[in-house]
This record gives sequence, structure tokens and C-alpha cells, in this order.
Amino acid sequence: MKLTEQDVRRVAELANLELSGDEIARMTQDLDGILKHIDKLNEVDTTAVEPMVSTLSAASGVISHAASGVISDAASGGGQPSSLRDDVERPCLGTATAIANAPLAGNGYFKVPKVIER
Amino acid sequence: MSLKEHSIASIRAGLLAKKFTAAELAIEALEHAQKENPKTNAYLTFSSERALEAAREVDRKIAAGEYPGALAGVPIAIKDVIVTRGVRTTCASRLLEHYIPPYDATAVERVERAGGVILGKTNCDEFAMGSSNENSAFGPVRNPVAPDRVPGGSSGGSAAAVAQGTAVLALGSDTGGSVRQPASFCGVTGVTPTYGRVSRYGLTAFASSLDHVGPLARSVRDAATLLQVIAGRDEMDATSAFAPVEDYAAALDGNVRGLKIGLPREYFDQLSSETGELIYGAVKVLESLGCEVREVTLPHTSYAIATYYIIATAEASSNLARYDGVRYTRRADLGPGDTLADMYRKTRGEGFGAECKRRIMLGTYVLSAGYYDAYYIKAQKVRTLIARDFAQAFAEVDVMVAPVSPFPAFKLGEKVDDPVAMYLSDIFTITGDLAGIPCMSVPCGETADGLPVGLQILARHFDETTMFRVADAYENASNV
Repeated sequence: MKLTEQDVRRVAELANLELSGDEIARMTQDLDGILKHIDKLNEVDTTAVEPMVSTLSAASGVISHAASGVISDAASGGGQPSSLRDDVERPCLGTATAIANAPLAGNGYFKVPKVIER
Repeated sequence: MSLKEHSIASIRAGLLAKKFTAAELAIEALEHAQKENPKTNAYLTFSSERALEAAREVDRKIAAGEYPGALAGVPIAIKDVIVTRGVRTTCASRLLEHYIPPYDATAVERVERAGGVILGKTNCDEFAMGSSNENSAFGPVRNPVAPDRVPGGSSGGSAAAVAQGTAVLALGSDTGGSVRQPASFCGVTGVTPTYGRVSRYGLTAFASSLDHVGPLARSVRDAATLLQVIAGRDEMDATSAFAPVEDYAAALDGNVRGLKIGLPREYFDQLSSETGELIYGAVKVLESLGCEVREVTLPHTSYAIATYYIIATAEASSNLARYDGVRYTRRADLGPGDTLADMYRKTRGEGFGAECKRRIMLGTYVLSAGYYDAYYIKAQKVRTLIARDFAQAFAEVDVMVAPVSPFPAFKLGEKVDDPVAMYLSDIFTITGDLAGIPCMSVPCGETADGLPVGLQILARHFDETTMFRVADAYENASNV
């Protein structure tokens, strides 16, 4: 299936990316080339294969020091102690620091073009 | 003063013998690095003030008889995708040209706590996306060994700084080979630790399930020492591992007799003949040290690139969504009628370079309705098979050795117009990232043109120790 410029425009819309006419043409060609290579995966029989969630849970039994109270948190490598820290209040960045890199800010907020008309 | 003759040990010895102070060394190193930088464009920013402050603290500790840390006074360069409090961090992107992070990455904090002296931030491919460092918004890096050639990527500036002698150590990041390949192209040592071995807190996210912070150095011992400093559980990264950090440097006893080394058959099919000869030469050296060499097979290797470019771009399209003109310094100029959506689109359209756009688009495409199962889930399944290949091979051998790249450093501009060719050049490094295993590049000689070639060593999850032992034994034997 050949990728069209129309497909590329739709994806650019989803990605919130403004592309010029030249960029659309070039992108269509590039993505089509990459997708052709990617189609190679159809050769692989993946029936009954689980999608990978974490490289560590895929590593058979390397981490086995499962302590009691374990949360089997696949995303952090199953079998590790809980990867969540205690839910306690602690100092955070603070508003002034957090917005210091904003292109436009005021009264402790990020400022953006108006989205709601009064 | 060039840092080429310096190591962690020589600096420590010099400091303790009062041959120089850490502050003197930092000043000389900064002067030299600034003078040399136009030759390679390795550094984007120098952090002179912060370097001097860190160096003075080392001098104070030594004067007071306190332990100055494992990296006392050692000048180090940090890839510019790793955040540094108060020091500009651009990710080599126009979008972040003026971004000053409010916090330090965990790896950076640990380097300084160990007495490391951060000289500055190094150039790379934009958001670490590339294999040649030609995707930097601030110009490419030149290979210090051959200035008409690329240093590799994406950690090209880090590798070039270490090779050029404008840093003793560097931190890079590796998602598909971005530490090992530039290390190989520039003739230095580069390490991709086990996924989760080093905290990713403060590493600007590219593909979170594949991103690693990794050390670069001029010797295996220095790389091992730096990894030891930055490794270990960090509560700020939920995927960082609890497994205890071993004393890597202490394990380097030169004895590798009886270790079983696998040569993955699929990695030796498509080598340029010079690279192949050097790799086979290195295998002979390991045999002469008493290693048992045998062939192993990783049957899904040829699917790795396709798998990677689905998973990595899918994650990237999500991670890079945050650069939208609201929080991170740059916003496109807007007309009076422009909406919030226009602001996003214009900011991103003018801010990202061509390669980032390509990857955002591909990632958005493979995640979009109707394609998610066919591409993304399919790739995650093949990733399982690739990881299984490694698990099966590691049931037979202790480590594997292989090339890092099919060819040595190529010429600037040679591959920029063919993204698929550029992607395919990462075939030998991408598999290790997909499986999450530790792997490294150690120099194994030069081609007739004098271009460095790296030997890749791959090990089991969390077995950096064996990987370093093999690399160190090889390095010592080949230096004779």
C-alpha cells in the first residue's frame, strides 16, 4: 500500500506539525521508504508471542530477589520491590521556577492564545 | 593543556602529590577545550563557573583530609540532552536554544558528588535522533581523527571531546547505538549499561523504553569507574533497577581464562572486509587469553531495525509532544487571528529539524487508529522474540562479541539524503537496546586509512562486570 500525500497531511494534523508543501512531498517519499522496510515484520510469525512490556521481565529470572510487599509492576521490571516512593509531601519546584522558561507567562501562569470567549 | 594523557588515576595521583590543584586543572582544561573547540564543534556550552566551583570543592576536601570522591577533579563533558541546573541544555534543537533547566539529572548530580568537574555540554543529533551528529541545529561535529568525517551519533560531541582530549570522561545517551557507535568511530570506549542500571531522571526523553545514560572514556577502567558512580536505584526513575551495583573497577584482574564467548553468526555476514578483519583479529586475541569462542545465533536480527523504528518513533512522537510553545522557551510568532492549535503547529513546524519531524510523523502514523495493532503491537511482539534470542544465546555463552558498526566513520554529507540507509547502519547496536542488555564498544584497531574500529561486547542483564573484564583484558593484551 503506497502512502499518499493526503495520508501525510492527516498524520501531520494529528502530530500538530505544520509542514510546507515541499516537506509534505519529501515526507511522503521518506515515510513510504521506511514503511516498505518495516513491512518486513510481516514475515515473522508472532502467534502466541506476548508483546514486550519490559526488558527486565523478559530477562528470565535475572532479578529474583522479590521481597514481601512486592508490587508486580511490569513497567519497572517485574519482581522488584515497589518502584513507587512513599506518598509524602515534599518540597517541589515552585511556581516561579516552573514557569521561568515559559515564552510567555503572567501572574504565575503560562499564557497562551485565548481559547474560551467570554 | 590537552587531557589526552590524563586518566582518573593520574589526576588523583597528581592532586594527592600536590602537582596541581583541581582548580588549576579545570582552568587549563577549559582554556584548552575552548581553544580546540572550533576544530570539532564538540561543545555547545561551557560551564566554566560550575566547573570551578566543583574543582574548588575537591581542593577544599583534599586540604581538609576528606575523601574527595571517585572522580576527584576529573574533567567531564555532558551530552546536551542531559539536564544541568542553571546550565543551558539545548538537546541540539532550536526549540531549546535558550532553555535553562531548573534541576540536575541524577547522573549529573552523582558525577559532581563524586568530585567530577563538568566542563560543559556536548553537541549531538537533535533530541538524540541520528547516527552521524549531522542533525544538530548548531552544526555537525567533526571527527577529531578525520575532520572530513562524522564522529558518529547521536553522542558525537561526547565521543569527539574524549577523543580530542578536551575531556577525560563524558556522559552520552544510547537509544539505538548512540554511545557505542560514536565511541567506535572516534576510537574511544563507550558503554550502554543494562536498561534501568542508570537513572533516566533528567535525561530528555526520546524513547523511554530504550533510553540509557552511558559513559565514554579513553580506557575500560575509567568507563567502569564512571558507570559505578552513576549506577544504582533512584527513586526519581520508577524503571531504575534495585539490583546492587558491583565494584566494576575492582573486578578488572585481567583473567578471562575459560570464559565462553559467542560470535553471533548474523553479525558477521555483512561486514566491510577491513572491519571484519579487525574484529576477527580481536577474537584471536581473546582466544589467546584463554577464552573459548563459539558461534551462536540470533535469528531475528534482520527484523531489529524495523522493530526499533516503530517502537522508538512511537515513543518519541509522544515524548516530543511537550514541545508545543507553552513551557519550553520557544514559541512561533503568531498573527492576531492565530489559535492555540496554530501556535502548536507553527512552533513545532519551525522548531524541529527534518529528522525529528520524520520520526514524529512515523511514530504518529504507527500509533494512529487502524495501524496500532499492525505496527506497534506487532513490533512489541517481535521485540519479545529478539530478547528471547539473546536469552537463548546467553544460556550457552558468557558474553558475545561483534562489530559495532558495519563500517568505520563515513564522510560528512555521505548519507544525509537516505534515511533508510542511515537507519540500517545501526543494525548491530539496536538489538542490544531492544533486549535491554549491557553492551559496550572498545577500540580494536584502525583501517588502512587510520579510521578507528570498535569491538562490541554484549553481556547478560546486569552482568556489566563480566563485560568490563573481557573489555579490559582485551585492551591490555592489544596495547602490548
